[in-house]
Amino acid sequence: MARVANVWKSVETTLVALPLAALLAAGGWAMAEPLGLPKLPVPADNPQSPEKIALGDKLFHDARFSIDGTVSCSTCHNDKKAFTDSPLRVSEGHHKLTGTRNAPSVINAAYYTSQFWDGRSISLEDQSQHPMVNPVEMGLPDHEPVLKIVREDPGYVEGFKKAFGKSGRDVTMDDVKKAIASFERTVISGDSPFDKWYFGGDRNAISDQAKRGFDLYVGQGRCVSCHAIEQTQALFTDNRFHNIGVGINRIQGDVPRLAAEFLKAKAAGASVDKTVLADPMVSELGRFAVTNSFDEIGAFKTTTLRNIAVTAPYMHDGSLKTLKDVVKHYNEGGKSPGDPTPVNPYLSGGIRPLDLKDQQIDDLVAFLETLTSPAYVTAQTK
Amino acid sequence: MTRLITRRSVIAAGAAAGTLTTLPISMVRLAFGGTREDFSFTYISDSHIQQIKGASFVRNWDMGLKRAVAEANLITPEADFVMFGGDLAQLGKKEELDHGAEMLSHVKGKLHSVMGEHDYYLDLGEYWSKLYGPQWYSFDHKGVHFVVLNSILTTDEWTFHRWPTAEQRMLEMAGLDNPNGSPFMVGEKQRAWLKDDLDKVSKDTPLIVFSHSPLQKIYKGWNFWTDDAEQVQALLQPFKTVNVIYGHVHQIQYNQIGNISFNAVMATAWPWPYPDTYAQAGAHVPVLTVPMNRADPFFERDATGWQMIDVNSGRITARYQLWDNGERVVGYDPKLGKPVDKKYQEAIVRKAPQLHY
Repeated sequence: MARVANVWKSVETTLVALPLAALLAAGGWAMAEPLGLPKLPVPADNPQSPEKIALGDKLFHDARFSIDGTVSCSTCHNDKKAFTDSPLRVSEGHHKLTGTRNAPSVINAAYYTSQFWDGRSISLEDQSQHPMVNPVEMGLPDHEPVLKIVREDPGYVEGFKKAFGKSGRDVTMDDVKKAIASFERTVISGDSPFDKWYFGGDRNAISDQAKRGFDLYVGQGRCVSCHAIEQTQALFTDNRFHNIGVGINRIQGDVPRLAAEFLKAKAAGASVDKTVLADPMVSELGRFAVTNSFDEIGAFKTTTLRNIAVTAPYMHDGSLKTLKDVVKHYNEGGKSPGDPTPVNPYLSGGIRPLDLKDQQIDDLVAFLETLTSPAYVTAQTK
Repeated sequence: MTRLITRRSVIAAGAAAGTLTTLPISMVRLAFGGTREDFSFTYISDSHIQQIKGASFVRNWDMGLKRAVAEANLITPEADFVMFGGDLAQLGKKEELDHGAEMLSHVKGKLHSVMGEHDYYLDLGEYWSKLYGPQWYSFDHKGVHFVVLNSILTTDEWTFHRWPTAEQRMLEMAGLDNPNGSPFMVGEKQRAWLKDDLDKVSKDTPLIVFSHSPLQKIYKGWNFWTDDAEQVQALLQPFKTVNVIYGHVHQIQYNQIGNISFNAVMATAWPWPYPDTYAQAGAHVPVLTVPMNRADPFFERDATGWQMIDVNSGRITARYQLWDNGERVVGYDPKLGKPVDKKYQEAIVRKAPQLHY
């Protein structure tokens, strides 16, 4: 089995230091996962192939799929910024329109069981199509302009032929979505100092302070309960949704009205995908907008903590600037220090004051900094 | 009649399926020829508000009640009324009753309340009555006769100044395996009142009775027991349709004794496990065919929650709003003549307990 380097053209720019071995196995791709990660989940109807990954890479970076020709997937998920748009608080779409949520990193998104902060897409394939037609993201009226480009551009005609064996006119949005998702599945990160210490047995891979931070992470800090670490792998997410007291303070007194009006609009056919990014108040309803469940009001997805030190600002609304701010927020039991808002009644059951001292907060941050893969160190925001 | 409903149990089925738009609120014609309207009420119970010191209260119990009130207030249209099932306080203190009452003051609509033993020990219910009124009473609503009982009375140990303070009474009575006081009971005086009250009601009028401890004998060791249950049941048996709803046990239970359907409600504070490991001869533990949904100690709200009670032709359907898990529904099955699980989240689809650390 030979390592196939050429298909990793753009991936290598960001993941060059990872021990990724893209291996051609009989009948398809097999990829050796970096230390600390489980087997990459790949849907049966969209197996990885070098041609599809290269095509997806190109689609991911193509700004022609936006109404003003300025926004591509990589605008908000910039590979030079650990696939985020750090340091923006919330993302900017076409004509510099601002949305309501902070761009989550694409790194390890392949391991999420749902996509978007509220999980409204169940796969990378489904997720990839939505920003193109969102009124504040790429702003297209529908997907026809995308299809016109990929069916007529000679480079894409060749690319889709190689990836899917289709001539230009037969290419569908399903193919576009699959190619983008295949590329995104290559953007994975493990092999961090933490992985080398915890899974690799290198006792010197992290500092003593970070080791103290780890004890807090799994103990008094209770972080591990949602940002999971298991025996042989660590995704740092439970793939669930929690109200952790962020953003809800902006709408707390208004929840009954907002919830009733949103449900009414949804029943009348309003698009959740468009509404949550266009209305900053409705956006804070979180997972409720998808499930209509009262116990998911203000709940958002547990994000991975991998590369967290290089993807500031934090939380779904980008409201916390530093990792220390984040730890302090949890330490207060789901309230940022000084926030005069009354206690959030929708708070998830696992969130409670932690009674961490200043030194312990610093230790926890030191531990979180060990979760950065070497390839992303240069992406750190200064 | 059609009205928009945003009740979680209904909307969970999905707006796309069109289930959002209607609530069966038809006038139901009963066999005796009367008419009565279907309706719903909210049931919140066992909040156990506990003072630590001064204005400091146990945060977790506070949060359970606050969340129940906040969620119940989101129901559209509003429920007809709200029941609170007892044990608002934990240590029987005035401060706890006040703090809990302040939180309950945020409920939308009319609030009725049941006396719990933790509310009683302060001064034999005197202060509680200032907040919520008589310890036992009845009312009629949309063709159903409702009765509220105080089922946590005991042999009056404190008359003899055996335990002169609220805290002492609480300590003696709250033990799970060896409470030193007598078992709970409704008592002769209240049973006489109940007989008088029910004598005025037609036997085919549906009854819904609220108590704190179960009006059945479940498990004496944990005071899941009312000593004169059979005598109370005898007063209820002549009625055609009888439902008893009780708190105290902090778990989902249901049972059928003769003509009486029993439903327990969950606590907002913490769940108890079903005490089958404690079962012993004479405990009369009813068969619990369906286990309680997951109780994961990490998630403080897990296996706790609040209820929507739908009343249809005088029979109740309890919709248990379980935090961190799907709704569970227990309703009366006319073919079997007893309550059954109508909707239950099997282990395979429940949110799994924490497997790591």
